Amino acid sequence: MLLTGNHAVAYGVRDAAAEVIAAYPITPQTQIVEKLAEFVEKGQMRARYVRVESEHSAMAACIAAEACGARSFTATSSQGLLYMSEVVFWAGLGRFPVTMAVVTRTLAPPWSIWNEHMDILSQRDAGWVIMMCENAQEAYDTAIQAFRIAEDERLLQPVMYGLDAFTISHTAEEVDLLEKGDVEGYLPPLDPKKLRVYMDPESPGTFGNLVGPDMMMEMRHSIKEAFERAREVIKGAVKGYERISGRRQAGLIEEYKCRDAEVVIVTMGASSGDAKDAIDALRERGVRAGLVRLRVIRPLPREEILEAVKGAKVVATVDRDYSFGYGGILGGELAGFVKNTMCRFVAGLGGRDLTPEDFQGIALKALDVAEKGEEREEFWWGLKR
Amino acid sequence: MMQALSKPSEGASGLTGMWRIKRPLLDPEKCNACMLCWLYCPEGTIARRRGGKPSIVYEYCKGCGICSEVCPSKAIRMLRRERGAPDR
Amino acid sequence: MTAMFSIKDLVEEEYTLPGNASCPGCAAALSLRIALKVLGPKTILVVPASCISVIQGYYPKTPCRVPVLNVAFASTAAVGSGMVAALDLKGKSDVKVLCWAGDGGTADIGLQALSGAAERNENMIYVCYDNEAYMNTGTQRSGSTPRTAATTTTVTGKPERKKSVPEIMVAHMVPYVATACAAFPLDFAGKLRRAASMPLRGLKYIHLLSPCPPGWRFPAEKTIEVGRLAVMTGFWILYEWVDGRYNLTGPSKGLLDKSKRRPLRDYLSIQGRFGHLTEKDIESLEEEVEEQWKDFARKMSMT
Repeated sequence: MLLTGNHAVAYGVRDAAAEVIAAYPITPQTQIVEKLAEFVEKGQMRARYVRVESEHSAMAACIAAEACGARSFTATSSQGLLYMSEVVFWAGLGRFPVTMAVVTRTLAPPWSIWNEHMDILSQRDAGWVIMMCENAQEAYDTAIQAFRIAEDERLLQPVMYGLDAFTISHTAEEVDLLEKGDVEGYLPPLDPKKLRVYMDPESPGTFGNLVGPDMMMEMRHSIKEAFERAREVIKGAVKGYERISGRRQAGLIEEYKCRDAEVVIVTMGASSGDAKDAIDALRERGVRAGLVRLRVIRPLPREEILEAVKGAKVVATVDRDYSFGYGGILGGELAGFVKNTMCRFVAGLGGRDLTPEDFQGIALKALDVAEKGEEREEFWWGLKR
Repeated sequence: MMQALSKPSEGASGLTGMWRIKRPLLDPEKCNACMLCWLYCPEGTIARRRGGKPSIVYEYCKGCGICSEVCPSKAIRMLRRERGAPDR
Repeated sequence: MTAMFSIKDLVEEEYTLPGNASCPGCAAALSLRIALKVLGPKTILVVPASCISVIQGYYPKTPCRVPVLNVAFASTAAVGSGMVAALDLKGKSDVKVLCWAGDGGTADIGLQALSGAAERNENMIYVCYDNEAYMNTGTQRSGSTPRTAATTTTVTGKPERKKSVPEIMVAHMVPYVATACAAFPLDFAGKLRRAASMPLRGLKYIHLLSPCPPGWRFPAEKTIEVGRLAVMTGFWILYEWVDGRYNLTGPSKGLLDKSKRRPLRDYLSIQGRFGHLTEKDIESLEEEVEEQWKDFARKMSMT
């Protein structure tokens, strides 16, 4: 079926039998929730749709629905995600297995609707599993996998997944959809008894009243432990999905021609496809280049990354985001554990094009830096002077 | 694994009778069992005995004095609590 | 009209257990206790940041014998909306959603979510317990603080008038809007019972005046007297708005006639928050009360 990334997410949420959708419009996400409204109104989904008055309310309603045993979903982007942020943390720290699509978009001011990853990365400490999609097919697949991951009893944490604005959200591709029966086997209905927080008048309990300093560390630690189990949960969800879809799926990371690579580029999201083209072109020119695409950002797949880059002379991270006074966020995170020489690139901010030629240039620059042993470790690629 | 929900319990904030400065004393002779003290007690520390008169649960009574104020027959007096005196 | 609620109609069963962390003489704790007696155990309580979030005490204990979801300050009515959607989908029509927020959480930070839920007419009961300031943080003024009242952020008295959330709810045309006062628990109970038993789905809103001993600065034992005076002086009007009509309820019924009202200064003089008022201030508040009643009489005759 020919679908944009946005519609692919909507079909995924439909096929995953979400029960409560609460959403508020924002470009470039709106098509997701428009399509879902259509599914619900035409009776193609057995769900309730709450047309809330803000993103803050959207996530609040999703949390509430989960607390009453209903599988819930919302989608947002950019300003909407920031406006929602208080409740994003509420979902993560309260361990409500909501799922959410985030169409990644530049934060204002000034106004911009184009792609950047600062919005989704701003929520990286919220107690959510965070994933990034590469294309519309993966957006569909992730929409379904996200529920399975979130609702796994070993985890029970919310999952958000990013789709790059326009390059994925509005670009139509051929997308394979699953059969209804296959999804039902993969993703059984949400069992309220498994939930950490279930509002049951038969067995009343209070969620979220005061916790003193004597208990809070232990509560936080239980979330940390859940995230330690998250890696296995995600791998299992991906394997199970491969079985029902018959298609190979990326796990926590996707390695592309890394085995003998002397330079490994690290990316996330849509531009990874262009980066792969660059890898192929470089290899034709005799440059041993490879790519690591992070499909999962939280939990950060440290071991997988270390394994993938272990033979590389230099690792080049490409950030479509920035932490002022610190650096590109992925670059900074990898610098915490990668022992290889690193070269950190900031590129494609505000939706600026990132072409295969750019990635070739980035790889060659990184090799050059490694050979010369240059001090400077951060490059703003394509910056106009 | 730590439970997520708090469970209903008396004394969720301890023996709140310890907060009390004044102690309500019900005179059963004057009480006409109208139960207004039971109705207005914010804490729910006045028990409604079947067919009988109210009784005050001192473990949790904070001594606010509302019962004494609303009692139409002036059957509840507020006594200043004696320091160190047995009070439950 | 709401059927009279008698003390015998209240169940003996307590759904808020004693030994909670409310201040002595807390009208909010009293009102919640009454409300849960009326609505019963098949009620889910939604509580934003407020005194009630503290009153519950510490994990892993709670005084509440109904399920309670503590939620972000601004999100009460949105959480209620999500619950209603889930319960409806699951066919649990016997479970009621009770949103219970303070005046800050309703008139100020929660107003957007409340307006959204009211406009969508979500099937829930929303009670704003109005103690006329941010009491949980130590008495800062809110949009619901009356004019002239001293708070820690209006130390010489609040210059602006109180915002009327019930009238905002009337403008949303929800099925039921009422005011209540903690000092008249049976009037409040009757309104809750009516809201809960209406066949019409939708948002039922009750705005409950809740005297606060430390915040209003009066002795704890005077909570009921202060609440009664708020009503008997005409400062706070008890009414219902249903089927497009306004009705006075309880003791407010006889107070359209100014001469039947207690002098306003009886209400003001027993509270420290009004202790700084001059004769002129008191007169202007008296005029305000009179104006409020004229406005109410006009609305009653118009409907």
